[in-house]
Amino acid sequence: MTRTEWKQIGKGLAFCSPWLIGFMVFTLIPVVLSLYYSVCDYSLLQPPAYIGGANYHELLDDPIFRKSLTNTLLYAIIALPAGLMVSLGLALLLNVKVAGQTFYRTVIFLPSLVPTVASAMLWMWLFNAKLGLINTVLDWLPFRLLIAGINAILGLVHLPQIETPIGWLTNPAWALPALAFMSFWGVGHTVVIYLAGLQDVPSELLESAEIDGAGMTRRLWHVTLPMLSPVIFFNLIMAIIGTLQVFAIPYIMTGGGPARATYFFTMYLYDNAFRYLKMGYASAMAWIQLLIILALTAIAFWSSRKWVYYQGK
Amino acid sequence: MRNQADFWKQGLVYGSLVALSIIFLLPFLWLVSTSFKTDKQILVYPPVWIPHPFQWKNYANGLTAVPFGLYLRNTLLICAANVVGTVLSSSLVAYGLSRIPWRGREVLFYLFIGTMLLPPQVTMVPVFTIFKNLGWLDTYLPLTFPSFLASAFNVFLLRQFFRTIPNELTEAARIDGASEWDNYRLIVLPLAKPALWTIGLFAFIGAWNDYLGPLIYLFDDRKYTLSLGLAMFKTQYSAEWGQMMAVSTVVTLPLIILFFFTQRTFVRGITMTGLKG
Repeated sequence: MTRTEWKQIGKGLAFCSPWLIGFMVFTLIPVVLSLYYSVCDYSLLQPPAYIGGANYHELLDDPIFRKSLTNTLLYAIIALPAGLMVSLGLALLLNVKVAGQTFYRTVIFLPSLVPTVASAMLWMWLFNAKLGLINTVLDWLPFRLLIAGINAILGLVHLPQIETPIGWLTNPAWALPALAFMSFWGVGHTVVIYLAGLQDVPSELLESAEIDGAGMTRRLWHVTLPMLSPVIFFNLIMAIIGTLQVFAIPYIMTGGGPARATYFFTMYLYDNAFRYLKMGYASAMAWIQLLIILALTAIAFWSSRKWVYYQGK
Repeated sequence: MRNQADFWKQGLVYGSLVALSIIFLLPFLWLVSTSFKTDKQILVYPPVWIPHPFQWKNYANGLTAVPFGLYLRNTLLICAANVVGTVLSSSLVAYGLSRIPWRGREVLFYLFIGTMLLPPQVTMVPVFTIFKNLGWLDTYLPLTFPSFLASAFNVFLLRQFFRTIPNELTEAARIDGASEWDNYRLIVLPLAKPALWTIGLFAFIGAWNDYLGPLIYLFDDRKYTLSLGLAMFKTQYSAEWGQMMAVSTVVTLPLIILFFFTQRTFVRGITMTGLKG
């Protein structure tokens, strides 16, 4: 390499130096340390002691670990696909040219601005079994009839009945679905990303499809959704990463209860690390979490070849 | 026939938009309405929407039950440091990754993007031990210092923006003897102001909302942030719905006001990170 090339490299590295330091101190060294801690018994009070794969072995037999993992996956299964569909539906609706469009867009976006702690407190009040708004609404006649109808069907197939008023956050059967339902209120961020993607769907394509006689549904299925698929894919990846790390909202609202029904993976990790000071055990959990996220992301990438369409390819 | 179908479609769209808006707004109305009610009226079933008597007592009580002014000051301090740190460090790194041609740049960029996929839980424990060894526990340094070392997300966003600034501008200055530092300071930064506002705004909101960070690093309750202070308030006054809604309103309002003043910056930020990659 010539002298000028070396000089260029020097300049580039100088500008990148904040991140290079940050990468060393907050990523590279911690990753290596975390891997090391995960094979150690480390209580923070004494230096880490090597114990081989014992942490991982113990995790496999830990019922709370399994519970927190199944809770997290269950939450992801409920909240993730529904969340993506709710936000896509909202974006499609908000993309229709109507008077007051800006107003509707603002209204849907506003909830995603509410700070985590404030929205946790608000929803505790909304979910309140006796005085909360949600049970008040469900107490209206049409909803009472609906619940009675569902109960009749449940009775026919010998399933447990829905008891009203529903103890959203106090009944172990309802707490997790309640948190998933609550997450739909904050989809504004995702909706904005979809909306931006919808602006890039070529209008010539939509128009020519319409001239060829394609109705609204066919245009949606054969033009809009394929053109939007890279954005759907991006949101899917973000949602996988986000839902598998769910922490603050349930930690504040339920503390993991009732009966550990909302005790999630990251909460158990946090408790192990900072409450029980089992740093080695917590680190082993973090690696398992990373592997799960990587596996799901890899599956998403693999499947994307079948359903994501990139323009210009 | 066609017009009639259009009419029904329009009606359906309007109907859904209005219904959804009501559903999304009702929690806000419930929040504000509860915050002005008396304890007695909060217990009335079915609930009423208009507080009567209308009273500010929940605000006065809620904001004095915790040292709210102190928490606000602490939070603003952390927010300010994060905004400055993020804007400075991310713009420097983004400049190095977009405006200076050098060998190894692309490799570094992809390494950078790769770190975004790493869940923070993996580094949470070792980073804690590092801060502990530095003697930084129970200080604001763990919550502010990292922002001065750039974050992948913001650098990515700024890099996309810097690449849209024509190369001729910096090339011409270079021929006239300007250094990279001059180019960064005098040409690129002024032109990138909208993008800088965007990442600054996001840094502010991120610090304002952060819960896990203060929860891990702050022990002395005089040092708490609003988020942490509020969560503590919740455990102590869990039955005081009126006060809880009052303090929730107070922490939410600044962000809503901020949003109405910075709407464009906001939306640009979200869409730039999501697409145009």
